[in-house]
Amino acid sequence: MPEIKTYREALREAIIHELDRDESVVLIGEDIGVYGGTQLITVDLLEQYGAKRVIDTPICEGGFTGAAIGMAMMGMRPIVEMMTMNFSFLAVDQIIQNAAKVRYFSGGQVKVPLVIRGPNGGGVQLSAQHTHSLESFYGHFPGLKVVAPASPNDAKGMMLTAVRDDNCVIFLEAGALYGTKGEVDEDNPIPFGKARIARDGGDITLISYGRQVALCLQAADTLAADGIDAEVIDLRSLRPLDEDAIVKSVEKTHRAVAVQEQWRWFGVASEVAAIIQDRAFDCLDAPVERVSGAEVPAPYARNLELAAFPDEQQVIEAARRVLYREEK
Amino acid sequence: MAKAAEPADGQAGDGRAGPGREGLVDLYRQMVLVRMFEESCQRSFRKGAIGGYLHLYTGQEAVAAGFLAHVREGDKVITGYRDHAHALLLRCDPREVMAELYGRRDGLSKGKGGSMHLFAIDRGLWGGYGIVGGHIPLGVGFAYALRYQGTDHICQLYLGDGALQTGAFHEAANLAGLWGRDGNCPVVFVVENNQYAMGTSVERSTAMTDLAAKFDAYGIEREKVDGMDLEAVLECAARVTQQVRESGKPYAVEAVTYRLAPHGAADFEKYRTKEEVAQWRERDPIDTLERKLLEAEALEADMIDEIKSGVRDEVEKAIEFAAASEQPAEEELYTDVLAGGDEYMGHQ
Repeated sequence: MPEIKTYREALREAIIHELDRDESVVLIGEDIGVYGGTQLITVDLLEQYGAKRVIDTPICEGGFTGAAIGMAMMGMRPIVEMMTMNFSFLAVDQIIQNAAKVRYFSGGQVKVPLVIRGPNGGGVQLSAQHTHSLESFYGHFPGLKVVAPASPNDAKGMMLTAVRDDNCVIFLEAGALYGTKGEVDEDNPIPFGKARIARDGGDITLISYGRQVALCLQAADTLAADGIDAEVIDLRSLRPLDEDAIVKSVEKTHRAVAVQEQWRWFGVASEVAAIIQDRAFDCLDAPVERVSGAEVPAPYARNLELAAFPDEQQVIEAARRVLYREEK
Repeated sequence: MAKAAEPADGQAGDGRAGPGREGLVDLYRQMVLVRMFEESCQRSFRKGAIGGYLHLYTGQEAVAAGFLAHVREGDKVITGYRDHAHALLLRCDPREVMAELYGRRDGLSKGKGGSMHLFAIDRGLWGGYGIVGGHIPLGVGFAYALRYQGTDHICQLYLGDGALQTGAFHEAANLAGLWGRDGNCPVVFVVENNQYAMGTSVERSTAMTDLAAKFDAYGIEREKVDGMDLEAVLECAARVTQQVRESGKPYAVEAVTYRLAPHGAADFEKYRTKEEVAQWRERDPIDTLERKLLEAEALEADMIDEIKSGVRDEVEKAIEFAAASEQPAEEELYTDVLAGGDEYMGHQ
């Protein structure tokens, strides 16, 4: 029976499930053991599983991520915690140059079953250096899988899938959603590359992932009051990306808005727009709109931060433009 | 795997005994093979038959020959991009090594890696890597896994003097020291100090030029060895590999050696003098070993000729094989991207 849990609890459950299921699974990262994990996802796990499986490291993202890649090549299944995904920049050489490519340049001799997880995106006033949405950055590289669950159930189900995957999975948690609640299944791995229809609708498709899914759902409710029936697609996984779900929905609605927290240039929304014009051009009744974050480093002040990320009004306005409705 | 990698009289790995006369002659032959292979690569590179970058091991042969003679089955070897010697000394088929450099389907990595990415995991070679220092954390992770999985295998991790100045080295060495404290990190750092990071000498790279001593900062035992003297390297390697296998603690050896060949393509060697190269050439590890074996009457002049002409043949055959091997099939472009399903993600 599904139970109501937070996004945080769901992640923790999935990790415990995998630690119990498979001894090759280990956790590695900064302050995940004795300290308990800054996101409280690994709290008490050191006591339960011991220091060989819950590996506290010094502050060295490149070093411990590289070591985890080495462990994975040897057949272990490490789950790397980035205290925040922003720190993964320090490990990018390891992630891109080794984890993503070693299978290819070895002619298929090795694999890297590895999860790199941590909070992604902003919304909690962490300002410029601690606020990035890294999905299009990591999504750019062949050899990686990139997922961004939005609900507690997806957080758990996709973590189960990530740990069992034989490749390096960049697992982007919506940091602002750790405390949100939802129904969570017992043991239900959710496959990558399958989008979720978060709301059925026939007039327009709002396409999003992560924290912005809730925003799109809110906007859809507001639009509904105005007689506009919006479909909301939660992409869930960015690489692989469920192109078919996007195309199928646009074939039905003929209109689309892609919403992302990250910067507009070279972002996921641009890719979504390109896919639609490529595969559903003849179905379109209006150009695809993109709603994105402001092209600035993330500010600290609450009012500026709110202004830097997409809000409901922007989504509604974009939707109305695509529907050729007057601005309200 | 290791069977082939052991010296002829099979004492590799028992820790103490030297390889004996036959073993030394065999290693002499292997070092000649590396030398002639590299010279042949250089010619093929100049003709355009080998693309990309090419980094030769010429002058450093005794280092890898000495350490790899002490690889046991199950041990893991990882190195940077100057990796041809490691593949050959782990007894990979020279024809397949050359085919990789030629970008052919019979290459060690199916022609998809090239000179810098030789892999033969069935022989213990877990790769050559192209980003200086970037492979060091991987090797430390290998070592952790080998203990975690309850084996007594070790990792031999080769790195150059240049790699010692990278952040990746310092982070990984710190982890190795930390994990090794509990016996959980059986890795041998083999520092191939060939004096130059491309054209930047050790003196111009660091104010603290005692490279072995850098490991002190991480609680890792270390020593220096004359990397131009095979017997010295063998003695050191036997002792160190056994100690690491038993203790699970990392150990570092700075093998002092010299790259007699240019760094790679387009190296006009402005950073060193001809006199300096000539001085080191007098200490050529192959010539030194040859002299010793002649003196000890383990070799005779006609045996040397025989060995050299045999190796020359083998290298020529490798070139012929590589040149005749087919290019990878076009479909190979999209394979080996992901494990468990190589479908290209995304429409084109």
